[in-house]
Amino acid sequence: MKTRAIQYVVLIGVAAVFLGPLYWLLSTAFKQPTQIYQWPPAWWPHLTWENFSLAWKAAPFDRFFLNSTIITVIGTALKVVNAVLTAYAFAYLRFPFKKILFFAVLGAMMVPGHVTLLPNYLTVATLGWINTYAGLIIPGIGSAFATFLMRQHFLTLPTEVTDAAAVDGAGHLRTLWRVVLPMSRPMLITVVVITAVEEWNNFVWPLIVTNTASMRTLPVGLLILKDEEGLAAWGTIMAGTLLVLAPMLLIFLIAQRYIVGGITAGALKG
Amino acid sequence: MTVVDLPARTHPDERTIADGNDQRKRRRRREYGLFALLVAPNLLVIAVFAYWPIIYNAFLSLTDWNMIAARPKFVGLANYGRTLTDPAFHKTLWITVVFTGLIVVGSLVIGLALAFLFNLPLKGRGAVRTIAFAPHILSGAAVATIWAFIFDPGYGLMRALIEPFGAEPPDWMNSSDWALPGLVIVYLWKNVGFAALIYLAGLQSLPKELDEAAAIDGASTWTRFRSIKLPLLAPITFFLLITTVIGTFQAFDVIAVMTGGGPGDATTTLSWSIYNEGFQAFNAGRAATLSIIMFVILLVVTTVQARVMERRVHYR
Repeated sequence: MKTRAIQYVVLIGVAAVFLGPLYWLLSTAFKQPTQIYQWPPAWWPHLTWENFSLAWKAAPFDRFFLNSTIITVIGTALKVVNAVLTAYAFAYLRFPFKKILFFAVLGAMMVPGHVTLLPNYLTVATLGWINTYAGLIIPGIGSAFATFLMRQHFLTLPTEVTDAAAVDGAGHLRTLWRVVLPMSRPMLITVVVITAVEEWNNFVWPLIVTNTASMRTLPVGLLILKDEEGLAAWGTIMAGTLLVLAPMLLIFLIAQRYIVGGITAGALKG
Repeated sequence: MTVVDLPARTHPDERTIADGNDQRKRRRRREYGLFALLVAPNLLVIAVFAYWPIIYNAFLSLTDWNMIAARPKFVGLANYGRTLTDPAFHKTLWITVVFTGLIVVGSLVIGLALAFLFNLPLKGRGAVRTIAFAPHILSGAAVATIWAFIFDPGYGLMRALIEPFGAEPPDWMNSSDWALPGLVIVYLWKNVGFAALIYLAGLQSLPKELDEAAAIDGASTWTRFRSIKLPLLAPITFFLLITTVIGTFQAFDVIAVMTGGGPGDATTTLSWSIYNEGFQAFNAGRAATLSIIMFVILLVVTTVQARVMERRVHYR
């Protein structure tokens, strides 16, 4: 009984370690400035929206939010379409040297993204895409990992169903849309959610490829806000931080079983 | 409606066979065409933005270029010679290794401990597991900003935790002794939940018979952990090791927000110095050289570890 009690204490301690910083963020964002700069700290805020309006005044957060949304939605859509079409082709169609081509797709996972920053910046500059949505989105829509996950999943589907669709005269695209995708819903949701989270959180590429406030995304805007406001405006900065985090926290709460499922599947099979 | 019956020039059987061949060929050609159509966009993006950069880096690393001059100046292997003998680069590499080592060991040890905790029959363990995993999917820049405030020596949460013990809170991010440990804490906070989740999935997939048999034979909990569970979890440890090394080598957002490689060069890792050389000093040759070095290191790490593990990991 005593060990059980200790185990519960440890469990609560662990929860506190991970919730503490998030509570610190949330409470500071809603505290009045005088409450933030007092010691000992105030654990409970006198609620105010002041910090949010200050953040909005310090940086165009509505514009950051719009940019992040556009990039996340379009980037995710294009990347997932790429993954699904490629995975379908590799799972169901014949082609010479298919195996080598598949290794070429998977091999992209061996290339560390950070290593590609400078050449990709130069390529995007050559294309005239610096500080544009195309420059922000296109370099990231190639898909290796999601393609792999989707293909592995397609191969587990019973062939009778796709064969039946073919016998009924359905073409490949129709089979994909009407038969294969509906049978792959959970995997598709997993891929969409994981991709969207990555796109939203992407930091170094938008930092490099944009150079005006009107094209910045939320995470990059946050860095600029922090550098400009310094240590004197933690309330404003925490309000901005909350704006960056809130949408992903929400998606996580709604879709966490898909995220967790996809990540553990990738680890245990990969 | 009129039906025109053409005189058959060939035997009906032969005709159908010939038609069938034609049709099959046509169908195969259409299948090839469709395959190419479906795969081409993805392969094109991968070729241009994942493979071409390696070749482009290799070329740029042989040049001296400020990205303004019309064309890069060829300098042979000078960049490699300078970089590999540069004491600043040695320090960068050392910082990267220490930083990666601490995070890898920390993630694996704490992650495994958490996995065992979450595997106990405790109420609310699922919720705590979710809470511990959540930081993994949050923006690194945002997490770094929260922690920058937590580490604030004047009004941060850390001061409230340290002061009761009678210690003076350090000025974390402005101290060359504390900045790197501070970054390690942030990365661990963000990523141990991921390691815990993977280990937990591994623990739950272990065969129960072995452990039960050992328990009946009187093996202690520690022996069962060391001689049964840990070896069986080796493939998962291997996976986490590789992914954590690769991820940590490229760690950027938290460093950019919290220290900018400083103070001085106290947190200048390889990933930060690639950014610094390329996008702050505008020295394409040096940045490309560092990129190639990072690429080679990570390639070697993966291959060597894969070889070693092939022999030693207990695959089921």
